Amino acid sequence: MIRFLAFAPLLIALVFGIFFLWGLNPNRDPNAIPSVLISQPAPDFSLEPVPGIQVPGLSRADLEGTNGPVIVNVFASWCVPCRAEHKVLTAFAKNEGHTLFGINYKDKPDDAARWLNDLGNPYERIGSDFTGRAGIEWGISGVPETFIVGGDGTVLYRYVGPVVGEQAVATFRAALSAAIASSKEPAL
Amino acid sequence: MKRLLLCLTLSLVLTAPVEAVEPDEILANPELEARAREVSKVLRCVVCQNQDIDSSNAGVARDLRLLVRERLAAGDSNDEVMDFVRARYGDYVLMSPPLTPTTYALWFTPFFLAALSLLAFFMVMRRRRSAHPVEPLTADEEQQVVHFLNSKNQGNAE
Repeated sequence: MIRFLAFAPLLIALVFGIFFLWGLNPNRDPNAIPSVLISQPAPDFSLEPVPGIQVPGLSRADLEGTNGPVIVNVFASWCVPCRAEHKVLTAFAKNEGHTLFGINYKDKPDDAARWLNDLGNPYERIGSDFTGRAGIEWGISGVPETFIVGGDGTVLYRYVGPVVGEQAVATFRAALSAAIASSKEPAL
Repeated sequence: MKRLLLCLTLSLVLTAPVEAVEPDEILANPELEARAREVSKVLRCVVCQNQDIDSSNAGVARDLRLLVRERLAAGDSNDEVMDFVRARYGDYVLMSPPLTPTTYALWFTPFFLAALSLLAFFMVMRRRRSAHPVEPLTADEEQQVVHFLNSKNQGNAE
């Protein structure tokens, strides 16, 4: 017993040391909130289209039976990072052929329409979440947030913040590739 | 005196708890409203993170407050409302983390450390008490010391 206690300070120092090392890791984001949606079916929601924009609205049903994974992006015209992200998402949709759905979060329809007319509309469907209630269903804490939803309506991935910059785009692309790979597996 | 009174009043007003609840949110039923406040105080704002939604001015916090009131008005119990929000935001949304295997370390480390230090304290005390007390010299030893000291003194004198 005494012998064990002699090592106790060392043991405690070691445990605390490892804990602090973990805390000091610059790659760890202490603000990252784990999403409960991952591997869960997408939440139930049904949104009207944005008036003045020629794409249909978005609901839970649209996420099921899609051909491969889709990107669901939560955006708003008042969100500055969304503007930066818009180019990246447009490239994903127009150049690489991924399906992109949008949720227009707590935005004035006029502002949203103007924003999309100015920047171009890469979205295949856009739901207008005027009250932010669908946002709560998705568990978002702000805009932009981007989800990858599998062909069966399962949420596979969540990216908080704008998909801007080499590292963010690479991370997102990797998640997208993984989603595509996993959706093809059952067919084999 | 007037100035002192003013200072006291001001200090009371300025230290009053922050409230973000806006007039249009408050429910007509005071009992439901009280329950809504109760629930809001244990739900964390997902934007500001160290605030409950009751005192947060963030947009999402307001939406959640409205949601809480809506659920309560629809007849949910406090727990049902909490579960509803938890299902969407996870345990993270609770101001005090629930006791699950992943939070054992969080909940039990303080008690473990306290127990360990108490144990260490008692062991040190016991060792100190059981240490042999100093016994007085026997007559024989006394003689030896005197003899030794004398011989030393003689040596110095030479």
